Amino acid sequence: MKKVYANASEALEGLLRDDMLVASGGFGLCGIPELLLEAIKQSGVKNLTFASNNAGVDDFGIGILLQTKQVKKMISSYVGENAEFMRQYLSGELELEFNPQGTLAERMRAAGCGIPGFYTKTGVGTVIAEGKEHKEFNGETYILEEGIFADLSIVKAWKADETGNLVFRKTARNFNPPAAMCGKVCVAEVEEIVPTGSLDPDGIHLPGIYVHRLIQGEHENRIEQRTVRQRE
Amino acid sequence: MYVNLGIGIPTLVANYVGDKDITLQSENGMLGMGPFPFEGEEDPDLINAGKQTITELKRTAYFDSAQSFGMIRGGKIAAAILGAMEVSEQGDLANWMIPGKLVKGMGGAMDLVAGVGRVIVVMDHTNKHGESKVLKECTLPLTGKGVVDLIITNLGVLEVGHKGLHILETAPDVTRDDIRAATEATIV
Repeated sequence: MKKVYANASEALEGLLRDDMLVASGGFGLCGIPELLLEAIKQSGVKNLTFASNNAGVDDFGIGILLQTKQVKKMISSYVGENAEFMRQYLSGELELEFNPQGTLAERMRAAGCGIPGFYTKTGVGTVIAEGKEHKEFNGETYILEEGIFADLSIVKAWKADETGNLVFRKTARNFNPPAAMCGKVCVAEVEEIVPTGSLDPDGIHLPGIYVHRLIQGEHENRIEQRTVRQRE
Repeated sequence: MYVNLGIGIPTLVANYVGDKDITLQSENGMLGMGPFPFEGEEDPDLINAGKQTITELKRTAYFDSAQSFGMIRGGKIAAAILGAMEVSEQGDLANWMIPGKLVKGMGGAMDLVAGVGRVIVVMDHTNKHGESKVLKECTLPLTGKGVVDLIITNLGVLEVGHKGLHILETAPDVTRDDIRAATEATIV
């Protein structure tokens, strides 16, 4: 099965439709599928729901799809860096489902593992627990959270081989593996596609079984908060 | 000991770890968080939970977000040090939103307070209007109920007890009466 495509638009060909649920990897602007997001913008597809930890900033990441009003709903844990997001949400144009970060990651991972729901202590006694099933295990209260089964997953990795085995780099791994796992189809963008056989099989972070289409491209890899220390 | 630091004031704790055997967890997928990089050595693939550029240490390990919160939820992290908007005398914590005004989100805070061994709040004792942030009851949406063990403010250190807060320490030039006067919550 050929997985390697020439560019982001070709890799998304036939996969996009209005009203779909997309799971995206990334934490802040780190490890986000920036090329695929740009291609989704160019496609003009609309009313999208995004399961993504963050919503990018105004001019990068998912933020570019908020500018064009292609997003109907976000399922996220933290959206504090995006002024356009805040404006659309407070004016009622954009739906928002806040998920605790670990619950969001586990909802993706669980769906990818065929687990439709799981119990967690996270959020008990808060608004997150309202309307959810509560259950006691060994005297402690837990709530039921459901897996996120996405129509499409878009992720970014550092390296891939031609069979879709992925290797991530440092903290750019973040939500990419669970996001990749929870979609019916997963498209990955990487900085370098290497010949099959040149990655150490013991060092694969996400096996190619989860990755259906693949592109290599130039990444901006923008830094959100540049912090440094002085040399002594 | 494995410790998670929240964003804001808690990140400053990293400067006082010294030679103690403490490994800092960053919830975006890292154990063994190092200091900020020297100028010119910033790496966009290496950030902390506050999205700041950081460095790795010899002991560093990376993992994905599901595993990161697996170790948090699974009770493997000894303590979390978090910022707060409000804390109550029952140990309730509010630090993720102000309805109608500020919508940022809880990030990993709800998972941390539900999963780690000990929750330590580091914050200013009063808000910018001089009103106590240490309350009988929180007024803002909660991050967790009955989860805070210790409150460290610019005035002192308070422990959450069964019948109210206990003052463990006062800041230099601050008296116990100063803390009582600045605190709405019950101090026993």
